[in-house]
Amino acid sequence: MFAATADPAAIAAATESSRKKRDTDDSSIVGSDFEPWANKRGEILARYTTTEKLSINLFMGSEKGRAGTATSAMSEKVRTRLEELDDFEEGSQKELLNLTQQDYVNRIEELNQSLKDAWASDQKVKALKIVIQCSKLLSDTSVIQFYPSKFVLITDILDTFGKLVYERILSMCVGNRSTLPDHFSPENVNDTAKETCLNWFFKIASIRELIPRFYVEASILKCNKFLSKTGISECLPRLTCMIRGIGDPLVSVYARAYLCRVGMEVAPHLKESLNKNFFDFLLTFKQIHGDAVQNQLVLQGVELPSYLPLYSPAMDWIFQCISYHAPEVLLTEMMERCKKLGNNALLLNSVMSAFRAEFVATRCMDFIGMIKECDESGFPKHLLFRSLGLNLALADPPESDRLQILNEAWKVITKLKNPQDYINCAEVWVEYTCKHFTKREVNTVLADVIKHMTPDRAFEDSYPQLQSIIKKVIAHFHDFSVLFSVEKFLPFLDMFQKESVRVEVCKYIMEAFIKHQQEPTKDPVILNALLHICKTMHDSVNALTLEDEKRTLAHLINGFIKMVSFGRDFEQQLSFYVESRSMFCNLEPVLVHLIHSVNRLAMETRKVMKGNHSRKTAAFVRACVAYCFITIPSLVGIFTRLNLYLHSGQVALANQCLSQADAFFKAAISLIPEVPKMINIDGKMRPSESFLLEFLCNFFSTLLIVPDHPEHGVLFLVRELLNVIQDYTWEDNSDDKIRIYTCVLHLLSAMSQETYLYHIDKVDSNDSLYGGDSKFLAENNKLCETVMAQILEHLKTLVKDEALKRQSLLGLSFFNSILAHGDLRNNKLNQLSVNLWHLAQRHGCADTRTMVKTLEYIKKQSKQPGMNHLTELALRLPLQTRT
Amino acid sequence: MGTSLDIKIKRANKVYHAGEILSGVVVLSSKDSVQHQGVSLTMEGTVNLQLSAKSVGVFEAFYNSVKPIQIINSTIEMVKPGKFPSGKTEIPFEFPLHVKGNKVLYETYHGVFVNIQYTLRCDMRRSLLAKDLTKTCEFIVHSAPQRGKLTPSPVDFTITPETLQNVKERALLPKFLIRGHLNSTNCTITQPLTGELVVEHSDAAIRSIELQLVRVETCGCAEGYARDATEIQNIQIADGDVCRGLSVPIHMVFPRLFTCPTLETTNFKVEFEVNIVVLLHADHLITENFPLKLCRM
Repeated sequence: MFAATADPAAIAAATESSRKKRDTDDSSIVGSDFEPWANKRGEILARYTTTEKLSINLFMGSEKGRAGTATSAMSEKVRTRLEELDDFEEGSQKELLNLTQQDYVNRIEELNQSLKDAWASDQKVKALKIVIQCSKLLSDTSVIQFYPSKFVLITDILDTFGKLVYERILSMCVGNRSTLPDHFSPENVNDTAKETCLNWFFKIASIRELIPRFYVEASILKCNKFLSKTGISECLPRLTCMIRGIGDPLVSVYARAYLCRVGMEVAPHLKESLNKNFFDFLLTFKQIHGDAVQNQLVLQGVELPSYLPLYSPAMDWIFQCISYHAPEVLLTEMMERCKKLGNNALLLNSVMSAFRAEFVATRCMDFIGMIKECDESGFPKHLLFRSLGLNLALADPPESDRLQILNEAWKVITKLKNPQDYINCAEVWVEYTCKHFTKREVNTVLADVIKHMTPDRAFEDSYPQLQSIIKKVIAHFHDFSVLFSVEKFLPFLDMFQKESVRVEVCKYIMEAFIKHQQEPTKDPVILNALLHICKTMHDSVNALTLEDEKRTLAHLINGFIKMVSFGRDFEQQLSFYVESRSMFCNLEPVLVHLIHSVNRLAMETRKVMKGNHSRKTAAFVRACVAYCFITIPSLVGIFTRLNLYLHSGQVALANQCLSQADAFFKAAISLIPEVPKMINIDGKMRPSESFLLEFLCNFFSTLLIVPDHPEHGVLFLVRELLNVIQDYTWEDNSDDKIRIYTCVLHLLSAMSQETYLYHIDKVDSNDSLYGGDSKFLAENNKLCETVMAQILEHLKTLVKDEALKRQSLLGLSFFNSILAHGDLRNNKLNQLSVNLWHLAQRHGCADTRTMVKTLEYIKKQSKQPGMNHLTELALRLPLQTRT
Repeated sequence: MGTSLDIKIKRANKVYHAGEILSGVVVLSSKDSVQHQGVSLTMEGTVNLQLSAKSVGVFEAFYNSVKPIQIINSTIEMVKPGKFPSGKTEIPFEFPLHVKGNKVLYETYHGVFVNIQYTLRCDMRRSLLAKDLTKTCEFIVHSAPQRGKLTPSPVDFTITPETLQNVKERALLPKFLIRGHLNSTNCTITQPLTGELVVEHSDAAIRSIELQLVRVETCGCAEGYARDATEIQNIQIADGDVCRGLSVPIHMVFPRLFTCPTLETTNFKVEFEVNIVVLLHADHLITENFPLKLCRM
């Protein structure tokens, strides 16, 4: 609406300004295309683990040499002594040894909590002490494999601390003015807040040790905003330089990663510090191969190939920060700088993991060259190919290079001896292969994977990777005839020998099939393969399988069955259903679906034959009917069975299979006594009567058109059904039986008509069989009388106080039935209806408005031609007065 | 119970200069009304000198302290005897920071043997039955910025086994060469001490490099004078075996209260020095000392 009324120039200006605004925002806020630290966190924690024992050494006493306690002039000794006493009082010098990794994580989490608690209870000094002690743990490189995870855990605490301090100072600013704008300037900050902020910085500047001082200051970097506009831009380079003092290269690279992380969060536009961190890192790079590190590795018994990857998370992060929205020139320069440093594998790996995928992909051949000639120096080459593969999964290399890239890469990958290394690499490259090549190449790759993973059952340790390969293949091959013509696809599936995994994989495949298969198919390759897969899923079902799981599996199998069609070859179709039934007999929903499918097949046949079955089609239809008849009893759900009997009976009737239809109906009738009082619906027990009522009404309307069997008596199905209803144990306080009898009356009334309301084509119902024969009518009347007697009997029992209302309701409903279906010219019936009318009103339970309406209806009807007798009836029906 | 006295100084950082007016409020809060015999406010500034045990012996150190030097002392009567209503009462005050005669308002300094401290004390006298209420509150005095420009005095240094004094067996020392510079030994107290240090070469692994800030306090008295150097703080600038040939920044913020512009009077002196301490593996400790001159600009 707005756009329609505003003039175009204004709109242009508005969009222009909004774009400008966004542009300026861009520089100070990181966009969503920057992968946040939170994503990396879990990955690092999962990857860098240890089984060795860890220790935490916390010394919470006041630090020696810190300018904090000496306020009065007392002798040095006295002061030291007092400090010692303080320490003991705090009782917090503790060293925890022999912690498992989980214990360690728990301890750190406890510290995080106690930091929050200390802060909440206004013990700011204690909070600071906790943070200092925690960051001190980062200078400890014992159990070096765990260092990256330790870094993650402890920087979480630092982040918490940084946030607490920032928010605290921010809340002080809020004091006088309502709120501070997002981009406030230091002039808007009041003196108290500034002083508090300054205090924090002074306190931190006096922390004795380098590493805690660095981390704690970095954690509150954002607070510089309160003091001056240029604070952050002055602080970042200083902190960057400060890291040079950290001797251990691993500790220092993680410190750089933390600084980059904080820097990106607070001031992403300050790129220079990021770059400076990178170049400083390059300068200290030689240290990794220095004596200090080597000695440490020997001491800890860690090999270089497992040591070097410890750098990756930090380096990847630094590289990612730098390359974010960086111009190509910078990236190229960085690459050159890396190359100069002996083309080191570790650097190359981080370049590939952090730089834009497009950047890497376009230079893919260069990278392969570099990887090949790079000095391995302990960093495993397969990791390099893995990183390269990850890039190629995201961005496409130049068309002309594609095949060569695959060949070069796979040449190296296939030579990997360790199955774990191999599969980690292969998993990534499958994506590239599927994306750019045909089934031939994919087949080769799959064959190679099988070859590598089969010896010593290596696949058992690599299910996740193998699953991911399958997923990637499926994602790229939507045409299942092509997919299954990949020769090695099914042999590949055979590697999933653990049942739960195999079923998972089958589920992916079926989901993909249901999603992508557009046309019904009869391709034998697809059918064979999918039947095999579905069978695998079905066979996994056992007594312990959850309902949900069963439902999912059944849904998938049904989806498959639905997509199978042999066109006009109905016999083939039926034999497919027969085969399916034998395969999926444990999943009830599948059987139900099959029965419906077969019924549909029968009706399709009828449609094709336009209702006139030939001998052949008649036989086929009977085969269909027989299929249903023998399948239904194997189901468990009672109403499923009842409804399917009825439904299949209707189909049989429609196909002129009269005796089969009778069999279905008889089966249904004999099943009714088994209906339990309560049934389980979605896990809740509910009374079944309403369902039974519904089913029976449906059944009655079918019975109208079912012709009597020549060898049985008149209306034998109805009689049998009535007997069953009579014997069924109904709920004590329920009128359902009477409701059913009322429905039976409707049925009988319909049956006594000269021509029935509806027919089935080519089936002679009782109307044409008996042709209104008086004996038939007499039989019918006798039945009516019996039923009515039952109803009246029941009405008589409803005399207790609480039952009176029911009596009135039932009486009225019976009255209505007679009115609608009965011939009121009959005196007896007429009298009965008058009695019922009185009964309904006798105890004042009737709803007056309903009674009035009913009476009006009768009067209106009486005006119709041939309905004069109703006028008289109306006169005999008094309305109860309100008094 | 429940009656409390508090002094709130107007400036958040509590920093004042000579000639300025110190202002604020005394806050009295109480549930009930308070009967009193008058409220007074005293401003006091003193230099406390203490002789170190090292120079004069333990007992003398306690008994024979030098008499405090009073810089400023004045009292004003804020409220005449009467009654405060219940709730919160705020009484504003203003105190001009003027010294009598030729006395100087030295900058606030918390040291070991020399302490320069300024306080405000509020006294509420009460009848015999109730205790008098007192509240003291420190405020901070900064001396006036010095006129003229600070001339930077950069110092370059080289540390090798040969440059060391006080070495017992020079032959046992590992070889090393550490170069560096301080941007200036004349420092503005509000600016950090800066410089650079490069480990060009070292046979032994380096364990740590630290900056030690030291105060040198001299107290003069009849018997002569005592001069003591004690550590204020120790800041580590390198941890572990740092990369050779890469400059490590020297950076130290001067802590507030514990440092002041270098001070020299007839009775006492406060000076500062910085030590660069290099710890090598095998417990070699190398120290290089640089006297500093601090001033406020």
